Amino acid sequence: MLIGKPSDIPSSEITPQDQYLNRRRFMREALTTSVAAGAAALGAGRLAEILSPSVSVLAGTKLETVKSPLTTTGEQLTSFEDVTHYNNFYEFGVDKDQPAKNAGLLPVRPWTVRVEGKVKQPKTFDIDTLLKLRPLEDRVYRHRCVEAWSMVIPWVGYSLSEFIRQCDPLPSAKYIQFLSYYDTKIEKWGTSETSIVWPYSEGLRMDEAMNPLTLLTFGLYGEALPNQNGAPLRIVVPWKYGFKSAKSIVAVRFLDKQPPTTWNDQGPNEYGFYSNVNPNVDHPRWSQKTERRIGLPFYAQRRTTLMFNGYGDQVASLYNGMDLRRNF
Amino acid sequence: MKRPILIALKILAWLACLWPLGWLIWGAVTDNLGADQVHAITFTTGLATLHILTISLAITPLRRLSPRLNWLIKFRRLLGLFAFFYASLHLLTYIALYAGFDVSVMAADIAKRRYITAGVAAWLLLLPLAATSTNWAIRKLGGKRWNRLHKLVYVAAVCGVIHYWWQVKPGVRTPLTITVVLAVLLLARPIQEWMQRSKPRLV
Repeated sequence: MLIGKPSDIPSSEITPQDQYLNRRRFMREALTTSVAAGAAALGAGRLAEILSPSVSVLAGTKLETVKSPLTTTGEQLTSFEDVTHYNNFYEFGVDKDQPAKNAGLLPVRPWTVRVEGKVKQPKTFDIDTLLKLRPLEDRVYRHRCVEAWSMVIPWVGYSLSEFIRQCDPLPSAKYIQFLSYYDTKIEKWGTSETSIVWPYSEGLRMDEAMNPLTLLTFGLYGEALPNQNGAPLRIVVPWKYGFKSAKSIVAVRFLDKQPPTTWNDQGPNEYGFYSNVNPNVDHPRWSQKTERRIGLPFYAQRRTTLMFNGYGDQVASLYNGMDLRRNF
Repeated sequence: MKRPILIALKILAWLACLWPLGWLIWGAVTDNLGADQVHAITFTTGLATLHILTISLAITPLRRLSPRLNWLIKFRRLLGLFAFFYASLHLLTYIALYAGFDVSVMAADIAKRRYITAGVAAWLLLLPLAATSTNWAIRKLGGKRWNRLHKLVYVAAVCGVIHYWWQVKPGVRTPLTITVVLAVLLLARPIQEWMQRSKPRLV
């Protein structure tokens, strides 16, 4: 008789789901801590090399977030696995799978951001101060790479404009430059596989930087950024090709002139300073009319590329009167 | 070389040449080709073409080093045909997965995108070589003419490497290794010929 058979486990002993999930989190954190202790004992560099970035110190920490009206709706998200294992981060290797393997070496704590140039007073911000500056928002954005593939990514951050206000830029500041972390010893792939002059530099016009869509980004999928995605903080400019969205930022400069930017220096005919997503202006080596959405089956990947990556309502007015074919 | 050893080596060569294809099929079945399967297929077949073609071009310089290496010639056709096989898969990947069988897209690409022009040129150069790879074709053409025709492989290999350089971003150095190896193998030919001519024949 099965009916009325008392359960082996009294309900009082069943672990509630949140605690069960917490346990996983606890295990992960315990692992992280012991790994960190072990790393200190064994020589951090060597050990970090064999660790995958998903267990490096801060990646994966849950972030508290709020909803945002600026989030993109109606798109199927690209999986966490694809977002974190298909990356262009040439400091850690030129193949898409290398950053996930190698970026564990990136020392994301302690981390500060220098603010310099045309500001009232140069300042240095600590990453943990920046994390608390404003409520962190969930913002889903389409991400369009200049290589004609795309993703849909749930980023976490707040508008860069909120940060810029804290920097007190002078009226003479017309451009903003972002410099990424670079250490030849850690990011040795940057010099062995390319002839690029590091650190990575990107820039925006001040009004582009102040547009609320431009996101100072600390996480994705509700968690702190994995190292390969630009930990501990990066920018995301969703209406421009992905390379405009500088990763692992250590310095922000306010300038009166357009700053030199890495890919524009490498190939001025291929990568413009503006690099707005534009299906009407081809890359010299391929068409930009269509893109392949990563994660879909190969026969369903191809889709039409949208002007300004579909964010024209919010940003087209920034370029009124400009010839976007010349200023590509 | 004894027959059983030759057969064993041939089997090994087949396995080695089939390795990239096996890796792709295994990856496709187990969903292990990464986030961008289309790129994985394109890159693997393209690189396999260049690698196998380069190995095939090493045979003549190696044989000239010592008569004891003459048996290597028995592997040249196999390697050449495998290079053509991967080049064809590579081209098919482009036609199906990038151009979507759209002839106008392909025509525009070939005219406008120089790396595609170079790639298509390389495949077109390999095509008559693959077509004349049979013993019958060698007899029909005569050794001399056949040899002259098959010198096209040098142009094809150079086109292949240019095709590689033209699609990586400026500043990326990954095609450097294969370029250097190919340059050494191509330069070895005139150098070895010159050395042989300047040396008095003993036999």
